[in-house]
Formats: sequence, structure tokens, C-alpha cells
Amino acid sequence: MLEQIIEELPRFFSYYNLLFFAKALGVTFALSAIGCVVGFTLGFTLAAVRLTKRPVAAPLRVAVTLFVELFRRIPFLVTLMLVFFIFQALNADLSMFTVALISVCVIATAFIAEIVRSGLESVHQNQWDAAATLNFSYWQTLRLVIVPQAWKIILPPVFGFFVLFIKDTALASQIGVVELAFAGKTMNNKGFSAALVYGTVLALYFALSYPLARFGKFLETRLAPTRDR
Amino acid sequence: MPQLEIVDLKANYGTHTVLERINLNVEKGEIVSLIGPSGSGKSTLLRVLMGLLPPIAGEVRIEGRRLDYNSRDQLRAIRSQMAIVFQQYNLFQNMTVLDNVTVAPIKVKGRPRKEVEDYAIRLLEKVGMGAKLKSYPDQLSGGQQQRVAIARALALQPGIVLLDEVTAALDPELVNEVLDTVRMLAADGMTMFIVSHEMGFVREVSSKVVFMDGGHVVEMGSAQQIFDTPMQARTREFVGKILRH
Repeated sequence: MLEQIIEELPRFFSYYNLLFFAKALGVTFALSAIGCVVGFTLGFTLAAVRLTKRPVAAPLRVAVTLFVELFRRIPFLVTLMLVFFIFQALNADLSMFTVALISVCVIATAFIAEIVRSGLESVHQNQWDAAATLNFSYWQTLRLVIVPQAWKIILPPVFGFFVLFIKDTALASQIGVVELAFAGKTMNNKGFSAALVYGTVLALYFALSYPLARFGKFLETRLAPTRDR
Repeated sequence: MPQLEIVDLKANYGTHTVLERINLNVEKGEIVSLIGPSGSGKSTLLRVLMGLLPPIAGEVRIEGRRLDYNSRDQLRAIRSQMAIVFQQYNLFQNMTVLDNVTVAPIKVKGRPRKEVEDYAIRLLEKVGMGAKLKSYPDQLSGGQQQRVAIARALALQPGIVLLDEVTAALDPELVNEVLDTVRMLAADGMTMFIVSHEMGFVREVSSKVVFMDGGHVVEMGSAQQIFDTPMQARTREFVGKILRH
């Protein structure tokens, strides 16, 4: 088998194949990166909205809760189909990539909103009380007091989620988006040995997710330092 | 005119009434102590005054002006007039001692940092914490944290300071360092509302003592009157129990 792989190598790493993989990697990277950034930003916002106590925001809170609870429970593939058919019903002519991108953003937002909510709620009520009596606004309380203390609860599961999430973008191949998993399947169908093809795919996924995990660790030490007593 | 007037104040936790018909006046410079058994509503009264638990009936007036706890603007005015020090200190765990004291004047009041820091350092020196400016709350003892919390309350230059069982969470050895700080405030003429179980201290500093039970004010008067010649049977029973040891 090893001989076969060595024999395939020059053909496998041809210019066009490399280009094909590079493009696929770019798609996976774009889906992951945009999903992570949008998911983090919107997820944080939704979590903050969910924690407000003001009566006027009640309908908004209900909407956010529904969104979060719904999309955390629907399998990724089903969300993908849902987004696909909704836009089709609306006669919106979106590319498959856009459909996949919207889906990953929706999913990342829902999951991260829940992680952030539980992180913010882990900060003791007495910190809210102290901030309130000092006349902090809701957003000042979050920004100056609650979020800085919640980082160490929020960051590990968020980056854990990101790593899972990068892998889940592979499901976009199901609606024909040419990303890494799709590229692997195509190359395999072209006759290259599975070990070579999926070995390459594995290495590329690793190359995406490992730096992300390191970045998570870096943020943890920066934003949630442990102090000597 | 009293600095603070509480008229027929009532508050509930859910459907359960925790304060009823509270009537109380506090003159400028007075030190009013609230005593009574656990669950009698002493701490709740302070939480209501700070707007952490909105009253459902009655009035609070500061310098004659009636204040509405349901109005956000007036709630801000109330909270800039009064400051509270909590039993569990409630210092911001993510900030240094200095930042804990300066954050509200800088971020909420928008005062210049340099000026606020100079004043904060003077306050922290006054409470004996001038050497710990860069420490974090979890690096300090309970007594030290509580003194920082007092400095934080004073940094906004409130007219009235509410002290909610400020020594209850402390080791006996640390109680005095905090009480000394409160004595210092008393000597400065600060108007204070004190909830405390340190009866010797209450007797020493209070200009008025209020005995509460079951969400009501049972009796109020001078320290001497409440401790030595209580009028009500319930007060006599309480005072008798706590003074026996």
C-alpha cells in the first residue's frame, strides 16, 4: 500500500490538485472563521439581551430564548436544509456557499449565546448589586464588572465549540459546497487512495483547528489571569 | 427638615410582606442603628432604600423631596445620595483596590482620573489601606476588603452611608479594625444607617436605635432608652437575651 501511495504522490500533488485543495481549504476556513466571528459577536449580544431585566425588553427576551433553544436542538444538517428551502421558497437566488454560511452563523450564534449566558450568570449576584448601587448602567455593569469575571468560564467551552464547529462545516458538502470534506471525496472518487486523500484532509483540518485552540489558550491567559494569593 | 424621611414604607418578596408601615426620620449627622433578630427586615430596609428591592407602598424623602423608586432618573439620584456597604463587601473581583474605589466616579460621574485617584488614595489611607492600592480583593483579608468597600462607598461623596452588617462576615479579631473605621466616619459627622449585631458598638455610636421584629419597627429611641429602659415587652425580651452574655 505504501508503494502505491508513493507511486501516486507526484500525480496527487499536481498543480491543479493543489489548487483544488487550496480552494476547498479556503472555503472551510471562510465558513469556520466567519461562523466563529459572527457567532461570537451575535451570541454575546443575544446572551446580554437575554439577561436584561427590563420589562420593555420582554418580547425580545422571548424571541432570543426561542432562537437559542431551537437552533441548539436542531441537527446542523437539518438547519442547512431549512435555510436552503426557506431561501428557495423566497425565490432568493443565493449561492450554496451563502446558504452554508448563513447556516453556520445561525448555529454558532445559538450555541455561543448559551455558553455566554451561563458564563455571565456564573458571576455572583452581589457583583450586580454593588454595580447597581454605584449607578452603573446595565452595559457598564457587563463591560466593567461581569464580562471580565466571566471570561474564564466562557472561553474554554467557546473554543471547545469552535473546534467541533470547524469539523461540522463539513456538512456543507451535503448541499454541494466544495469544502475540504467534499474535496476529499472528489479526489477519492478520482481514484487516489483513501489513506492519501483523507490523510491530507486530516492534516488540513488539524492545521485550521490547532492554531485556533492555541489562540484560545492565549486569550485565557490574557483575559482571565490566575493570581498568586 | 430631616435629611431622610421614611413614611409608611412597605416591601414584599413575591407575595410575602417583609417590611410594613416603616416610619423613620434621620437628621443630618445622625447615626441610626437597626437592631433585631434575623429576618426582622433590617437588611431588607437598607436594600429597599438603595432601590435593590423596590417598595410597593409608602414614601422615601431625601431633604424633603419625595423620591420615586420606579423612575430610573430618580433612582439614580437616590443612589448618588446614599451609598451602601455590604456584609460580603461585594468588591469587584476583577479590579485592584484603587480601581474599585475610582471606577464609579470616573466611569459613572465622568470626573477626571487624576483628581479621583488623588481623592481615592486619601480615602484609602484614611481607612488604613494606602499600602494595598494594587492588590486584588482575593489577596486581602475580610477586614481589609471591608475597609476598601467603605472607601468605595465614600468615593462618591454620599450624604448618607448605609452599613449592612459590615462586621458579620469577619473573624472576631478583624471586627475592630472595621469598627474603628466606622467610628472615624461618625466623628466626621457622616449620617449613617447601621445594621449591626455588635451591641456594644451600637450603644456607643448610635444617636438613635431602632428595634425591628417581623418587618415592623417595634420601638425606637436613644441607645440608653432601648437598652436600659425598653418600653415594649418584645424589646425587653430581645435586649435581655443579647445582654446576658
